[in-house]
Amino acid sequence: MSDTITLKYDVSTDDFTRAGEASSDVKRKLKNMNVNPEAVRKVAIAMYEGEINMVIHANGGVITVTIDPDCITMILADKGPGIPDIAKAMQAGYSTAPDNVRDLGFGAGMGLPNMKKYSDDMKIETELGVGTTVTMKVFLAA
Amino acid sequence: MDKFLNSVHLDPDKCKGCINCIKRCPTGAIRVRNGKAVITKEKCIDCGECIRICQNHAKMPTYDPLSAMNDYKYKIALPAPSLYGQFNNLEDSNIVLTALKLMGFDDVYEVGAAAEIVSEMSRKYVMEHKEQWPIVSTACPSVVKLIRVRFPNLIDHLLPIQAPVELAASLARKKAMEETGLPSEDIGIFFISPCPAKVSACKNPFGIDKCDVDAVLAVKDVYPRLLSFMKVAALEPEDLSHAGRIGVGWGSSGGEAGGLLSDIYLAADGIENVIRVLEDLEDQKFTNLEFIELNACSGGCVGGVLNVENPYVAKAKLKKLRKYMPVAGSHMRHEDMALWTRKVEYEPVFKLGENMAESIRLMSRVDEIAKKFPGIDCGSCGAPSCRALAEDIVRGVASESDCIHILREYIHKITGEMSMLDKRNNGEEGEGK
Repeated sequence: MSDTITLKYDVSTDDFTRAGEASSDVKRKLKNMNVNPEAVRKVAIAMYEGEINMVIHANGGVITVTIDPDCITMILADKGPGIPDIAKAMQAGYSTAPDNVRDLGFGAGMGLPNMKKYSDDMKIETELGVGTTVTMKVFLAA
Repeated sequence: MDKFLNSVHLDPDKCKGCINCIKRCPTGAIRVRNGKAVITKEKCIDCGECIRICQNHAKMPTYDPLSAMNDYKYKIALPAPSLYGQFNNLEDSNIVLTALKLMGFDDVYEVGAAAEIVSEMSRKYVMEHKEQWPIVSTACPSVVKLIRVRFPNLIDHLLPIQAPVELAASLARKKAMEETGLPSEDIGIFFISPCPAKVSACKNPFGIDKCDVDAVLAVKDVYPRLLSFMKVAALEPEDLSHAGRIGVGWGSSGGEAGGLLSDIYLAADGIENVIRVLEDLEDQKFTNLEFIELNACSGGCVGGVLNVENPYVAKAKLKKLRKYMPVAGSHMRHEDMALWTRKVEYEPVFKLGENMAESIRLMSRVDEIAKKFPGIDCGSCGAPSCRALAEDIVRGVASESDCIHILREYIHKITGEMSMLDKRNNGEEGEGK
C-alpha cells in the first residue's frame, strides 16, 4: 500500500451554510494522520477560502486533496466563468462578489490573496467561460 | 499524577449497554464492549454529556463524599457562584454562607470573590497581549481538555491565568494559616462544585503544579444539608460575602466575559456550540475579537451536572440576586498575577499511527473498510459511527463481524449454502432408493 491518500469532495452547491464542510473534514483527517498542527492550520485556511470562492463564483466544483508525507496538494476545479484578470484578482481587497454575498460577510476580496499566503505554492489555470483550476501545495517539513 | 485523569465512572450493574452515551459523546471516547460502556480516558474531556443522557444512571460523576470533612481540623468551604442559583428567593448570599458555617465549616471563601480578582488580572492581561487575541478563557476545564486534544493551533490563545477556584483555594489556605496558626495539613479546603470536571482539574491541574483544593464536594450533596440551616441563618446572617455582581456573574455563561468590561467578546456555551466556535476560530473566521468565553455546559456553570436546579432557572435566580449587589467586592491586592507556571501541551490522542507515513496507510485502510458498512451509524457494534468502527478495526480493537449488518449477510450466505447442501443430500438419498 502506498504512502499516499487521496480525498475527493464534491462542493456543487450554492448553499453558503455548507461551505467549509470539506475543509473541516480534511482538517479532522489531517489531525488523525500526525500532520503537524501548523500545516493543518495552513491547509484549513487556504482550502476554506478556496471552497468559499467556488461557491460564490462558480456554483461549486470538485476538490481533490492528496496527502503524502512530504506534501499536501489541494486541487480545486470548477466549471465557472473563469478569471479575466488574474493579477487584479490577486490584489488584496479586489472583489467581484455580488452584494448578496457581501451582505453575508463574504466577498472582502481576500480569497485568492489568503490562499496564496497560506499555501507554499499556488498555481492558477483559468479559461474564460470554461472554468478555473487552482492547485495549492503545503509542504511538510521532514 | 495521570495527565488523562477523568471524573466519570461506570456502575456496571446499571449499564444496559445501550448506545445513548456513545452517540452523545462529543469526542467519540465511549464504546460498548461486552455489553458495557467503556470510556477511553485519554479522549474524555469530562464534559458530563454521558452523565446527562444515561437513563439508567450508570454513568456517574466522581467527587468526594461529605465525610471527607472529618479528615481536617479546620475546614473551609469554597462555594461556586452557581450554588446561589439553587435557592428560591435568595436575597442575600450571606444566608448561604452562614448556613455553610452552621453545617460545620469553620470558614468560607467564595469562589466568586477570587473570580473578581481573576477578572481584574484578565483585564490587564488581555490589554497587554494583543498579539494573542482572541484570548480564550480557561476557567472551564473541559474546554481546556478539548483544546489540548483537538485544537493544537489554539493552545497559544489560552488565557494563562489560574481558574477562580484555584486562586480561591490558595488565598483561603494562606488566610487560614495566618489566622489560626495551624499547619497546612490541618486545614481542609472544600470546593462545593457544580461540575465533576473540576474534580480532575483540582487533582491534576493545568498550568500550575498543585491545586490547594483538598476535596471537591457536589452541590447536590451539600444543598439538602444547607436547606435545613437556611431558616436559622436568615435570622441573623453573618457578614461573610466578598463577591459582588462580577463574581456571582461567573456562575452563568457570559459572566466571565462581562467581567472584562469590554464589548468585543463572544461567549458560547454547550459543548457542540463550543466545538463549532473552536473550528471557526481555527479557520481564522473571527477577526477583531478580544476574548472568547467558552463553557462546556449549556448555560455555563449553572448547567453543571452536580447542580440540582434547572440551569436556566438558576441563571434567572442569579440575575435577580446580583441586581442589588455592588459591582465587585474583591480586588487585586497583590502585584503578583496568578499566572500559569506550566504550558499546556498538545496531546494527539486521535492519531492513527506513530508517524505520518504509517497514519496515511492506516487511513487508507479505514476508508476501505468503512465502504463495506451500510453507513447508517446504528451503533449496534458499540461504536458511535460506521467510520469509528472502521478506525477501531484498523487500531486492532474491533472486527468486521461486530457490524450486525455484515454478520447478517454472512449468516444469509451460510444458511444459503447449508440449504443447498441439504437439498443435494436429500436428492442423492432419493436417487439411491
